[in-house]
Amino acid sequence: MNDVRIDIEVNGIRYERTVDARTSLADFLREQIGLTGTHLGCEHGVCGACTVLVDGRSVRSCLSLAAQAGGTTVRTVEGLGDGDGLSPLQQAMSRHHGLQCGFCTPGFVVAATELLENSAELDDHDVREALSGNVCRCTGYHGIVAAVLEVARERQPATGKAAE
Amino acid sequence: MKPAPFAYVRATSVADTLAVLDSDPQVKLLAGGQSLLAVMNLRLARPSRILDIGQLRELDRVFDDDDSILIGALRTHRRVETDPLIRARVPLLAEAARHIGHVAIRNRGTLGGSLAHADPAGELPAAMVALGATLYVESHTRARREIAAEDFFTSLFTTALEPSDMLTWIRVPASHPTTGWGFTEVARRHGDFALAGAAAQITLAADGVVTRARAVLFGVADRPVLVTAVEQTVGNRPDPSTWRQVAREAAAALEPADEPEYQRHLAVTSLTRAFTQAADRSRAAHHRGTQS
Repeated sequence: MNDVRIDIEVNGIRYERTVDARTSLADFLREQIGLTGTHLGCEHGVCGACTVLVDGRSVRSCLSLAAQAGGTTVRTVEGLGDGDGLSPLQQAMSRHHGLQCGFCTPGFVVAATELLENSAELDDHDVREALSGNVCRCTGYHGIVAAVLEVARERQPATGKAAE
Repeated sequence: MKPAPFAYVRATSVADTLAVLDSDPQVKLLAGGQSLLAVMNLRLARPSRILDIGQLRELDRVFDDDDSILIGALRTHRRVETDPLIRARVPLLAEAARHIGHVAIRNRGTLGGSLAHADPAGELPAAMVALGATLYVESHTRARREIAAEDFFTSLFTTALEPSDMLTWIRVPASHPTTGWGFTEVARRHGDFALAGAAAQITLAADGVVTRARAVLFGVADRPVLVTAVEQTVGNRPDPSTWRQVAREAAAALEPADEPEYQRHLAVTSLTRAFTQAADRSRAAHHRGTQS
């Protein structure tokens, strides 16, 4: 009675699975298909560590049922890079020391990816507001913001805007 | 924590939803889940049956209906916040939506879900009362009802919805071009629940006399509080002290549950700011009008 059949695409691979109705999208990703890059912190929508993209938009995978995500396309932190290579944002996070313990990092990288994919120009305030739903207890945020701003700046020639 | 076990069914239409609600009033509707799933994870709620209405596209639409905007209950906060039509015709509503949680929450949370949840600190219930919105409620057996927003919120997390009812559409009067709006809230951090907040719409005539004024306080009582004291400004030409005086009067009438002095102080501050923003915007609209 509580089993739900779902058909879901994650990082380009289609999965057909049966889940218990109460399984969160986060637990489905971690435990049923082994994508443990998505981290679970608070499990009530406050910390942002579990952020994934569902049909291109950031969502809290702890506040989303796997059953609700049936029929959608999901991208997790594992799907952002190019095979074994890191995405430009992931490389910038490393360069700017945007992580220390790394627990919150997948959520930050996913949320910032949505921001970068949906905005032409970004300043410090835009980045801080967009990432305000993600909590980091190590870095003080400076390196994270610097990494996102660097990626936003460096891709500007491609969008026709002058680079600094 | 994880939610207690429940049975899950996905609704296929509004009619189907109403039929299920009629046959099983215990069933809980799940829209975006940004409040419901949080309280279920904390086991503050343990519904045994969930009907997922999140895919009902028929309620994920917005219509420009002359003097009002008709918004489907399943429109997400993010869509409300960024919709060019809503930003142009009901800017107060777009601003209220922007204050909810964070982007990932706003991508999932829905207008109807937020109104039915009726959190006394919620931005959208307050905005709806301030805007004089009408909520459309349907059920399998009764004719469709229209409920004024100020009558919809009855207590803490409690609304005029009966167990077999569903909130389907929300009609929001479009703001007049010379109507100014203000929306402020005080929270410990951006995106946190508001400790107190206020929404106001004020229309000034070209000579600065108030022709219409409506305002709401939220986060300071068991539901959004309509600030009736502001009606005394109609017909007068306000100065900055007028707004603070009205705000003081409104705050004095409150009976906050805890820290009453602090809550009243926050109410005065947020209401004064909302009034001032609204009056300034109305004046600016007249100024633009005379320039063009």
